Amino acid sequence: MLDVAIYGDYETAWCPGCGNFRILPAVKKALAASNLAPHQVTFISGIGQAAKAPHYLNANLFNGLHGRSLPVATGARLANHRQPVIVESGDGCTYGEGGNHFLAAIRRNVDLTLLVHNNQVYGLTKGQASPTSDTGFVTKAQPHGVAAAPFNPIAIAVALQANFVARAFVGLEDHLVEMIKQALAHPGFALVDILQPCVSFNKVNTFAWYKNRCYILPESYDPTDWAAAMAKAHEWGDKIPLGVIYRNNRLPFEAHFPCLQEVPLARQPVDKAKLREFLGHFQ
Amino acid sequence: MGRYDVNLLLGGEAGQGLVTIAMILTKALVRAGYCIVVTQSYQSRIRGGHNTFAIRISPAEIIASRASVDLLVALNEETVRLHRPEMSDAGLILVDERFAADHDQVLKVPFQEFATDRSVNVAYLGILTHLLGLDEGVVFQALEDYFGAKKPEVTAANREVFAKAIGWADAKQLPETVRLAPATDRRERLMLNGNEAIALGAISAGLKFCAFYPMTPSTSIPLTLQAAADPMGLVVEQAEDEIAAINMAIGASYAGVPAMVATSGGGFALMVEGVSLAGMTETPVFIVVAQRPGPATGLPTRTEQGDLEFVLHAGHGEFPRAIFAPGTVEECFHLSRQALFLAEKYQTPIFLLTDQFLADSYRAVVAFDIDSLAPVVVGRDPAAVPVPYARYALTETGISPRLVPGLSEHLVICDSDEHTPDGHITEDLTIRRQMVEKRLRKEAGLRQEVIPPAYVGHVSPELLMVTWGSNRGAVLEAAATLKAQGRQVAALCFSQVWPLLGEQFLEQLQSAQEVIMVEGNAFGQLARLIRRETGFEIRRHIRRYDGLPITPEYILQALSS
Repeated sequence: MLDVAIYGDYETAWCPGCGNFRILPAVKKALAASNLAPHQVTFISGIGQAAKAPHYLNANLFNGLHGRSLPVATGARLANHRQPVIVESGDGCTYGEGGNHFLAAIRRNVDLTLLVHNNQVYGLTKGQASPTSDTGFVTKAQPHGVAAAPFNPIAIAVALQANFVARAFVGLEDHLVEMIKQALAHPGFALVDILQPCVSFNKVNTFAWYKNRCYILPESYDPTDWAAAMAKAHEWGDKIPLGVIYRNNRLPFEAHFPCLQEVPLARQPVDKAKLREFLGHFQ
Repeated sequence: MGRYDVNLLLGGEAGQGLVTIAMILTKALVRAGYCIVVTQSYQSRIRGGHNTFAIRISPAEIIASRASVDLLVALNEETVRLHRPEMSDAGLILVDERFAADHDQVLKVPFQEFATDRSVNVAYLGILTHLLGLDEGVVFQALEDYFGAKKPEVTAANREVFAKAIGWADAKQLPETVRLAPATDRRERLMLNGNEAIALGAISAGLKFCAFYPMTPSTSIPLTLQAAADPMGLVVEQAEDEIAAINMAIGASYAGVPAMVATSGGGFALMVEGVSLAGMTETPVFIVVAQRPGPATGLPTRTEQGDLEFVLHAGHGEFPRAIFAPGTVEECFHLSRQALFLAEKYQTPIFLLTDQFLADSYRAVVAFDIDSLAPVVVGRDPAAVPVPYARYALTETGISPRLVPGLSEHLVICDSDEHTPDGHITEDLTIRRQMVEKRLRKEAGLRQEVIPPAYVGHVSPELLMVTWGSNRGAVLEAAATLKAQGRQVAALCFSQVWPLLGEQFLEQLQSAQEVIMVEGNAFGQLARLIRRETGFEIRRHIRRYDGLPITPEYILQALSS
């Protein structure tokens, strides 16, 4: 167990009361509990208020484009499969702009931990609907209410039999830390969808709205039962389940590559004897 | 005796075994010491259609393809009809005796007498071995190697068909018009096309990661890398789309390995935001764009040089880049290496523009001196960087010490937002100005490493032909033909098209009585760029945009009209 102070304490660009303020310390606590010193972890983030989060702690960071953090993380992890990689961004970035990458990342099952700050609205662009906005949600961009059905990230991840699918809520910090910790420890692709209020632009899904609905799954719930997980994944509305919804043990993507079994690619030299042999095929 | 220049064209439907015959024959020719220039033309379909594989062969050095055909191997009647007008004087057409072929010089072969439909490829190779005067052992070995380890009875059956076909040919008085002069080059050589050479150059430079989405004519680059992946320790990943491909390459590069992507116009269009990301985050990435005719889907399997302006301007915002345009298969290898070195040194995207003609054009390439090929060294020594470490430290050259995350205790922080020297998001406008200037200072270094265009010929010519990329061979051969006719000509061939430095070539343009630009697009894109950068206007143009490569004949015909 490391001291959380090593991750630093920085000023942020978030609105007072933002749910992000509760995610940042939870991430630090999970890192400390996982014994990952700042240089031993790499964050990859996208664009949005959530994607700024890794700037506010000490760690390696590549803050890339909107929607594209999962492919960057995939490349980074394959180049150094010994370095834990955490992807952190919002619901618009991950499920909207990056939707195709979300599906592909689950299928690939690269050992990544994906933390999604899900507040069901676009914050940084000032209040448009996000893929997870409920139908009927009214914004300036959707004045008659959102007509599309909401994207259910948990159901999608369970349907694709992701290795680790969890939901947490910023109002239950210890549980949130535990979910992040378990996601970090679980091999393969791990999703933690984190419900949080947007105090500036979402007047429907407020802190109280979530607090009144979220409940932690009982110990009797079996996250390895796929059919039960599919049913649980569709529970939304009056009651919202939190916890590990589904857990799987597919071999991580990296395990399929002979060159990723020992030394990271980033430390492997060019073997000239093998190069000579390979060029021989073209004679 | 024998011929010093034979242009052989095989034509037929996709799926008829045309590529099998052609690949085995090409391999045998290279092993026998001949020079070759292959031109492949195929349709965007898996079966049927009309495809050709042309092999221009010489015991001496040749650098260009040729349009006129000396030996037409027609696998169907349609091939005879389509290519009869291209036949040279006394050109020979080889067909199955069951096909009609209206031509003076036709060799009809009773293939069904010595081969089944499955083994007819072997019979064609036997006849061609005889007609070209090749060593039977070399051709049969190439055949065995192509099919790989087969059951002994298959090898025996192939040998029987091959021998029967040669026996048939030996017993006849066949024309000797395409018999080759013996080859004398005994150097160790490889049979490579442009795309294979790009892949091999990259591997030799230490490439460890490539992500791609399949797109003709670029796909053979990742496929060559994939064939090397297990022995050489590479990861080659087929991404969900080109956007993912370039972002994966950027992620791999950030985490410490030389990385690349390969695509064509439409796929590159999807990568463009990632190009800008590499520019802003100062992440090395090597990008190959294998051009085909656009706009949109265009002619997916044909050639063009229409994406120079696109690649030059791709990516929002301002950041340095370099663009290579190899003119030969050897250059594909060496410029692929150079691109990876420059990408690492200047921490910016570096491009290589090739095209379908060069991508698919097999040549005999003298084997590379592997011991002399140094790999790229990624990043600096973590013990030698100033502390506290800042990924974007402001320096005189604009190049900041790059470290790899996880390989030391230093934190490596990169941002697509404008950032402070230590990599964190900022809206401090003074820092913004400093960072823009820092990134652009790197261009001064890139400008010092520009490969000057190759100038060949008379010092103050009556005619100077300017070209770039894969047209080099055609232009040089056309120039040699004109010189032989007594004309004072020269050629200026660019293999790096950005940055363009007037001081490297402006005087040569000004010394010529007449300058003519030869390029494979309709706008005259390099001519426009030269005018923009130097003020020199090239007024005469030879352009081609029908999907076919520029040949020496195409240039000479255009000049005479």
